[in-house]
Amino acid sequence: MNTDTKSCPIIANHIKVALVGQPNVGKSMLINSVSNSHLHVGNFSGVTVDKTEVLFDYKDYHFTVVDLPGTYAFTDYTIEERVTHDYLCAEEYDIIINVLDSTNLEKNLQLTSELLTMSKKVVLALNMSDEAQKENILIDAEYMSELLGVPCVKVSAATKEGIEELIDAVVVQHENDSVTPKLVFSEPVEEEIAQIVWYLDKHKYSAVNTHRNIAINLLKNNKKTYAKLHDEPIWIELQPILIEASRHIELHHDSDDIKESFAEEYASFNRGIVAEVVKQKNIVENKTITERIDTVLIHPILGIPIFLFFMWGLFQLTFEIGAIPMDYIDMFFGWFGDTIGSTIANDDIRSLIVDGIISGVGAVVLFVPNIIILFIGIALLESTGYMSRVAFLLDGFFHKFGLHGQSFIPLVTGFGCSIPAYMSARILKNDRDRLLTLFIIGFMSCGARLPVYVLFAGAFFSPEMAGNILFIIYISGAMLGLLAAKVLKLTAFKGVDEPFVMEMPKYRLPSVKLIWHTVLTKTMMYLKKAGTFIAAASMLVWFLSNYPHNTILEESYSAKIEATQSEIEKNVLQNRLDEVLLEQSYLGTIGKFSEPIFAPLGFDWKMSVALQTGLAAKEVVVSTLGVLYSLGGDVDEDNNSLMGAISKNISFASAVAFIVVIMIYLPCLAASVVFTREAGHIKYFFYLFFFTSVVAYVMAFIAYNVTLLIV
Amino acid sequence: MKTLIDCDRACKVKVLKLNAKDDLKQRLISFGIMKETIIEVLEHAPAKSTIEIKVGKMRIALRAQEAELIEVQKI
Repeated sequence: MNTDTKSCPIIANHIKVALVGQPNVGKSMLINSVSNSHLHVGNFSGVTVDKTEVLFDYKDYHFTVVDLPGTYAFTDYTIEERVTHDYLCAEEYDIIINVLDSTNLEKNLQLTSELLTMSKKVVLALNMSDEAQKENILIDAEYMSELLGVPCVKVSAATKEGIEELIDAVVVQHENDSVTPKLVFSEPVEEEIAQIVWYLDKHKYSAVNTHRNIAINLLKNNKKTYAKLHDEPIWIELQPILIEASRHIELHHDSDDIKESFAEEYASFNRGIVAEVVKQKNIVENKTITERIDTVLIHPILGIPIFLFFMWGLFQLTFEIGAIPMDYIDMFFGWFGDTIGSTIANDDIRSLIVDGIISGVGAVVLFVPNIIILFIGIALLESTGYMSRVAFLLDGFFHKFGLHGQSFIPLVTGFGCSIPAYMSARILKNDRDRLLTLFIIGFMSCGARLPVYVLFAGAFFSPEMAGNILFIIYISGAMLGLLAAKVLKLTAFKGVDEPFVMEMPKYRLPSVKLIWHTVLTKTMMYLKKAGTFIAAASMLVWFLSNYPHNTILEESYSAKIEATQSEIEKNVLQNRLDEVLLEQSYLGTIGKFSEPIFAPLGFDWKMSVALQTGLAAKEVVVSTLGVLYSLGGDVDEDNNSLMGAISKNISFASAVAFIVVIMIYLPCLAASVVFTREAGHIKYFFYLFFFTSVVAYVMAFIAYNVTLLIV
Repeated sequence: MKTLIDCDRACKVKVLKLNAKDDLKQRLISFGIMKETIIEVLEHAPAKSTIEIKVGKMRIALRAQEAELIEVQKI
């Protein structure tokens, strides 16, 4: 099994598999254990929002597995469902693996029964068989295969049990010429189907699908089948038969909705199957563990305080534990810079390497411990199933602000990184709801902003307070986001609310491997960004802050420095020179130019520049400040650290205003690109830019002046 | 007429009719909520804005507005 063979040649023994299942049945996890690849896995609906392809080889076969987003039924209600629906209907593939949750077979079969009417080869993977065993649910897979007419294989993605059998079954099924699943409806429906089939047979109607399939699709009001037959000559005679048949079925089901009638048909068929093949030993009516946990965690009164406590704890840990290795990292980069610096003779190159790259990248790497803790927290939230509970608790509250309870999932993801958050907003079906959520995801401070917060919180508050300050920053950002949502809902995104119907998954103990993997991937991404993008940006900032050289200024100052006797005087002059040089650099010019705009917020030109470079990425804010303050103005020789420089050079009120701007304005270049893609039009990006900039400016102005009054 | 929102916690009911419009109805059906389905009400969120129900083995969260569209009968 090899995932590296990306170029999969189209040859005879190539099998293209579509992986389909209801949400949260472990499709991605199954694909991971089949191919040893690493897709993101969570414990709530809608982790896979787009189709993903995985290639691997097994026993002379090339496999392409397409992991499709989870779908409860074969409909096109949400975007994910549409992705799956359209793929299954229109794309080329050889076989479907339908993944089912063994512990909840009846519900999962609802989708299966629809797949079985598609005249495609299907293999059923009864996943989570280890969990089923624990719950004393015994499934007779062989009997089930016989009853349904398709192979059913018990597997467990978690323990990798049955994976080989599953692939073998896929190969066997693929080699088979054609297979007709045995899906039987109630007698009245079967009669109507037979009637239509008989008619199609009589007229020797030729089609790719079987006549039975066409009949079922017609009865189910399948638009495509209708469109196709509508242009055929037999339609004229077929139509009255169909109308009559539909009327009979509706009468039988006492309903005026044929789709509902068919859903009931499927449900009763599935009930029959489950009754035959599932034996549950010692059924205890006791509450399950999940229910017992739920009585506490979603308690009407205690639920929300418990949630807030968890979040508070997470930010405390982020700061407290994250602070421990920070000194060492800081020391390391200081030492590293000095060591490297001493080996370089050329002044300019040394300055570029030490003051530019090393201090810029170092300032970002410093926050890796905080990032890791935050990511672990979010991964835990995702994988345990608690996320859905919070959505449940907060829906009422969110709804008041015009948001959907499920908006909570992208919003929380936004605390990690805005990019996956923008993508996960796809779980919202309604376009207005989705756009609204997209607009306020930026208010949830992403991991990249954490360094700026930690830096400023550490500079102005004692270590005991800093964790609380961090919590306040995050919560007030979120609150502001809710208010912004309300304003947008009342103005730009007026409309009907989307219904809130959501599955609450079982609680699962998070697997250490999974958490480790998720956190590792995200941390490596952060480090990679530090090594490439941030390093490049640091070099640019360094260049802009060092050039053009002003030799006249340098000479006049060095003459003055030569002339003075006292060491202190010399130091002051040297610092004065650095300051003046920086001010006349390109960056200084840009900063000075934009300073009047930011002056009402109390920013000096260095902060103005840092905000502008921060449009590229929030980490760049820190590295820019690092470069700017390491070059000039740092008077105290004993305190080289950036935190010290900031608390010395920036007033408290300006710092508060700065944090407010960071909280609100555009996340970063990459996120903006993803936002534009998800929102569907470039105009939304300009709206977002305008909206966030104005809000950031106004809020920062208020924050600055209020702080000035209080302190 | 009794709807799902009128039910207390730990109350078991049978669905009589879905009064939802097409899209939402499909959604409910795909979650296994249809005529004759047995529903158990598990929890209420603060102010009964959202309720948690159990259908078969699946737990589902529903907003009050949606729950009102499900006509039920106590069993």
